[in-house]
Amino acid sequence: MSGELKVELGRRYRFAASHRLHSSRLSEAENRRVYGKCNNPYGHGHNYTLEIRVSGDVDPATGMIANLADLDSFVQSEVLGAFDHCSLNDDVPAFRETVPTTENLCLEIFQRLKSFPKARLEAVRVEETANNSFEYFGESPEGTQP
Amino acid sequence: MVYLTRKIEFSASHLYHNPAFSPEENRRIFGKCNNPHGHGHNYTLEVTVAGEPDPVTGMVLDLKWLKEILEREVMQRMDHRHLNYEVPELQGQIPTCENIARVIWNLLEPKITQGKLHRVRLYESADLFADCYRNGTGGAK
Repeated sequence: MSGELKVELGRRYRFAASHRLHSSRLSEAENRRVYGKCNNPYGHGHNYTLEIRVSGDVDPATGMIANLADLDSFVQSEVLGAFDHCSLNDDVPAFRETVPTTENLCLEIFQRLKSFPKARLEAVRVEETANNSFEYFGESPEGTQP
Repeated sequence: MVYLTRKIEFSASHLYHNPAFSPEENRRIFGKCNNPHGHGHNYTLEVTVAGEPDPVTGMVLDLKWLKEILEREVMQRMDHRHLNYEVPELQGQIPTCENIARVIWNLLEPKITQGKLHRVRLYESADLFADCYRNGTGGAK
């Protein structure tokens, strides 16, 4: 048997937001070609699902890696409060220049959540629709892969 | 390596209460989960086994065999049970998703002799789950 037993806690949240995929480094025609409908000038929206996983020791007194109330309020203040019912391009400073693709959304959310003080952030997964999902595990110093 | 996942569902009741805490602390830490008469969930369990497909059968394991293990080890123990009172393996532990997943891992790991138990994921609801795996096996991915 390899390795100690690890436990992670997974939690899913929802937010609705609009975005427009448009890169200032591409011409109008290139933007149109690369992003298609997602480049339409006034943007469009999605119901996003955010799934996060955190790890840590399970406290024998509570049976918990982290208290859900603490996790929920942290995610609310760091991500949901800033993204829900917002325009990602206009309302989130990180996306003034960076294109708010769901790939970049994963990276931004990971940055915002990695300082959660009660447990270690392992993964951020964002479903843009039921058919498209993106997952980021942070930068591993060993470069290990599954 | 191929990863095979089998899903089962069971329903059970539980409550969170630590006798070492005062009633106020129990209420503050566990919230509604501390309600004295308990409450229930429909749990979904995903069990992932890693292995190489047998060259003759093309299978990592016999699914019927896995199904029987899950029936015996998990369903008969936990389905339609009160996790605090009726599951000896959870005695003395708060029956959180984390602890139940770990108990299930410990029940299944020695029994999975075809392939190797890779990950146990237990959903308490669609929005809350716990994963259990051995470090270094990529179970987190």
